Amino acid sequence: MTLDYANSYIYDLSEPGRIGVSLPPTDVPESDLPQGYLRTTLPLPEVAEVELVRHYVRLSQKNYSVDSGFYPLGSCTMKYNPKVNDQAAHLIGFARIHPLQPEETVQGAMALMYGLQQALAEISGFDAISLQPSAGAHGEFSGVLIMRKYQLDRGETQRNKIIVPDSAHGTNPASTAMSGLKAVTVPSDDRGNVDLEALRAALDDTVVGMMLTNPNTVGLFDEHVTEICDLVHSVGGLMYGDGANLNAVMGIAKMADLGFDVMHFNLHKTFSTPHGGGGPGSGPVGVTKALEPFLPGPIVGREETEEVEYHWVWPAKSIGRVKSFFGNFGVLVRAYTYISMLGAEGLLRTAENAVLNANYIQARLKNVYPVPFGDRFCMHEFVASGLLPGTKDLHTLDIAKRLIDYGFHPPTIYFPGIVHESIMIEPTETESKATLDAFSEAMIKIAQEAKENPELLHSAPHKAPVGRLDEVLAARRLELTSLPK
Amino acid sequence: MANYKFDAKAKYLDTHEWVRIEDGVAVMGVSDVAQDQLSDVVYVDLPAEGDSFKQKDTIAVVESVKSAEDVFAPISGKVIAANEALEGSPELVNQDPYGAGWFLKMEPADLSELDNLMDAEAYEKFVAEEV
Amino acid sequence: MDYVPNTDAQRAEMLATIGIKDISELFQVVPEKARYPQLNLPPALSEAEMMAELRAMSEENADLEHYTSFLGAGAYNHFIPAVVDFVLSRSEFYTAYTPYQAEISQGWLQAIHEYQSMVRALTGMEVANASHYDGATATAEAVIMALNVTRHKKRKVLLSPTLHPQYRQVVRTYTQGDQVEVIDDVASCFDLPDIKAQIDDQTAILVWQNPDFLGHLYSPAEMRALADAAHAHGALFAVAADPVSLGLFTPPGAYDADIVTAEGQAAGNAISFGGPYLGIFAFKKKYVHKSSGRIVGATEDAQGRRGYVLTLSGREQHIRRERASSNICSNQALNALATAVYLAAMGKRGLRRVAELSYQKAHYAAKVLAERPGVEIATPDPFFLEFAVRLPKPAAQLNRFLWEEWGMIGGYDLEPEYPQLGHAMLLSFTELTERGEIDELVDAVDEFLSGERG
Repeated sequence: MTLDYANSYIYDLSEPGRIGVSLPPTDVPESDLPQGYLRTTLPLPEVAEVELVRHYVRLSQKNYSVDSGFYPLGSCTMKYNPKVNDQAAHLIGFARIHPLQPEETVQGAMALMYGLQQALAEISGFDAISLQPSAGAHGEFSGVLIMRKYQLDRGETQRNKIIVPDSAHGTNPASTAMSGLKAVTVPSDDRGNVDLEALRAALDDTVVGMMLTNPNTVGLFDEHVTEICDLVHSVGGLMYGDGANLNAVMGIAKMADLGFDVMHFNLHKTFSTPHGGGGPGSGPVGVTKALEPFLPGPIVGREETEEVEYHWVWPAKSIGRVKSFFGNFGVLVRAYTYISMLGAEGLLRTAENAVLNANYIQARLKNVYPVPFGDRFCMHEFVASGLLPGTKDLHTLDIAKRLIDYGFHPPTIYFPGIVHESIMIEPTETESKATLDAFSEAMIKIAQEAKENPELLHSAPHKAPVGRLDEVLAARRLELTSLPK
Repeated sequence: MANYKFDAKAKYLDTHEWVRIEDGVAVMGVSDVAQDQLSDVVYVDLPAEGDSFKQKDTIAVVESVKSAEDVFAPISGKVIAANEALEGSPELVNQDPYGAGWFLKMEPADLSELDNLMDAEAYEKFVAEEV
Repeated sequence: MDYVPNTDAQRAEMLATIGIKDISELFQVVPEKARYPQLNLPPALSEAEMMAELRAMSEENADLEHYTSFLGAGAYNHFIPAVVDFVLSRSEFYTAYTPYQAEISQGWLQAIHEYQSMVRALTGMEVANASHYDGATATAEAVIMALNVTRHKKRKVLLSPTLHPQYRQVVRTYTQGDQVEVIDDVASCFDLPDIKAQIDDQTAILVWQNPDFLGHLYSPAEMRALADAAHAHGALFAVAADPVSLGLFTPPGAYDADIVTAEGQAAGNAISFGGPYLGIFAFKKKYVHKSSGRIVGATEDAQGRRGYVLTLSGREQHIRRERASSNICSNQALNALATAVYLAAMGKRGLRRVAELSYQKAHYAAKVLAERPGVEIATPDPFFLEFAVRLPKPAAQLNRFLWEEWGMIGGYDLEPEYPQLGHAMLLSFTELTERGEIDELVDAVDEFLSGERG
């Protein structure tokens, strides 16, 4: 019998007494272990290194990734992750330094962080950056806390609301609630912009600020962004820019120039650091001069006397620390590498080509799939609908699963909720015309199949390791771990 | 329109909650229409015994795999019992929404609030028109 | 440089399909006064120039491969077997997104499910999530979870004074918008009865670190007494643990913890100047619907084949928005994979061995340091792999002396955060610490204490 690695759980490979590593003998006189403190059992698997490697290699083969194919996941900016970035993060002088070392022993790492702070400030037009937040949502939370504390600091204690468009990511209202504030939703108008009338009605002196993703989650640059910022400022509110979609506007416009006061960056989207199956990300937050004292700390400061020195600096009225140490440094190294290699011109070309690629697919598909805002140019992504004319009982989910059979990762589906049966497509700049054409043709073919042979879609995917999985069963059974008896 | 069931003894909110008075105690849950729209219920987040609510306050949240919907109090009152069976068997909400799938028993604060609610006949008409 | 594969000719075809002549037409919607700003960035570098610059920057740092260090305090220099990096470098793992499309993400989903199982094994808890950002944010999420479990009726959060100072800061940051009182009185460092007296019916949670920030290990009986005291008042009991210590010592599940958080860095993640790390988060199953972060569950497809999916999404921000249990979206999946591979490679015997070796090195160091006149071990017995040492002169002076005279990175200066300990420093040891390094530290301390310097 051969071992079925492909379907083995790690514990299936376990044999009592095995060990997958070699460890040294002790070189010091031994002390007694404290009796009564020791555990009696430790049910970890016991596997040999070769079995471990085969197990994880087989698992990896059951997984789609950017390195294996096109990943047009709207809102997620699944661009190619350059390999030099990883080589940089693995340098011993970056990967093996302790975060609590004295400043004089980590000047190179601090210089890199300072350089990244400067680059992000320049790209966004903001005055100061904190690299601490670990992810986009973490940056959002920091940003909302900054706005809250700024308002409290100037005595505006009655302010308790954050305005959030209905098209926003769920993290916006969730970050608001975590900050002890109330999210007030404003609708979108029929061109996909924030509804200005509704916004005016929601504005008063209880507003801390507004969170706006621009371009928004429908892939549209808000036609009234300046007016929105002016309106919010006119009642003493602050404008938060959700940087999720920065890939469309790097070098095209600086967020601060548009009227925003604070924003977060997603280094794992815009600046090409790998998503790692869900993380780690990095969500630095940038602010105007007025908000600088409230940034999460510490941040890196630079001093030039006889020579250049970098120091940890605590902003005077900081919201505090949002994680231990200084940020996801390994991710920062990758982003710094990317930005330094692209330079100003490369960043601009990146944004332009991301937007071009999205508009190209939109142009190819808009006569086949409903595209609610297809009369406008999109930015780096666009939203179509799976409500194909001439079909019935067909859902976006079926289209998405059928795409798997054509070798593509499905786009984001059912988000944003303001488009019924939505399909959100973001190709990114790193895809070639050939790939965009192949994807567009697969989408067109699927639309045809939907009319001629809908069962093919309902039962898709046919070429994956498993078929559609029963999510209700998973949620009711709650088998969240699996240990041997 | 699907063939929905209605409980003639219950009164209804337009957000699809029902309430029935049994020996002075208000029993509440969600209607057959609600369970159908929610699809497979996987969890019901119920309040603690002793908590008080006003009519139309959010009193519970019901989760399917793709959504989490607020459930509103059909009348004001104090929670005196929560349906513990839903913890292990949330599917009861789908299977028997007016019976074993009940959510809460409440001590009603003001029975006259029942007059604000639809009876089964009015609710059925409302469903036929709106849903 | 850019990573755009299309040529000008291809771009021209694409523009024609769209029906425009120039890319700039796509950006007419951007307000003109803000359009196409000058970006004042350094000139773009080629790959070779870039690596040369980065290598030079990295070499300005004193790395742990070339320098002796006794720093721990939440980030540890443990050995990482080569197999961990090998698995992480499979780009099917590291260039994938969150596994929302389960059919083509079974590799990731099973790997996380296995991680959850191994965290369960390690902590003795019933359920683990797929990760938080780090040990500090996991601990803050434990506090938020307790506030949710107790339905925001309790407003008091009790933190052990020897919970990592940065974790306590993060808890304060996370709860600043809630009407919550956070108590972490550092005056009573080792006084358990005093802590118990502070627990009352307003207490939502008691968070205890074991081994604590000063390295001290509390006995299972002491920990259970804390759990009982919390539970008697309807409060939750959370333990901030060290995953490596759990290779050897009683897991928090055995003394009735409700939540276990841990910094997972020590178990297979590069020390990397503080991140990316791993927030381990495990808890009792009855709290699963109030928990935060992604969770993977096992299920089947229509043909009865076993598979894995993200489950209980109804708790999360993309569905529940402002009423979600947390705003977390991106997590630390790749770091969780590192820890899973590490735990599987170590197995029960290997992890125990790592913990024992670290324990032995620390105890040898404590023994030889305590023989120095004027030097005292300030952490009560027993301790795990680090301890506070009290010196006759300020710790900052010793650290400076160690670096300048001996090229050695000393310990963590405890004086700013624990002034009641006097001139104290936290020293940390792992299985990678060599006896020669410890002996050299002792020689350096002798020289420091006897000399004119400092």
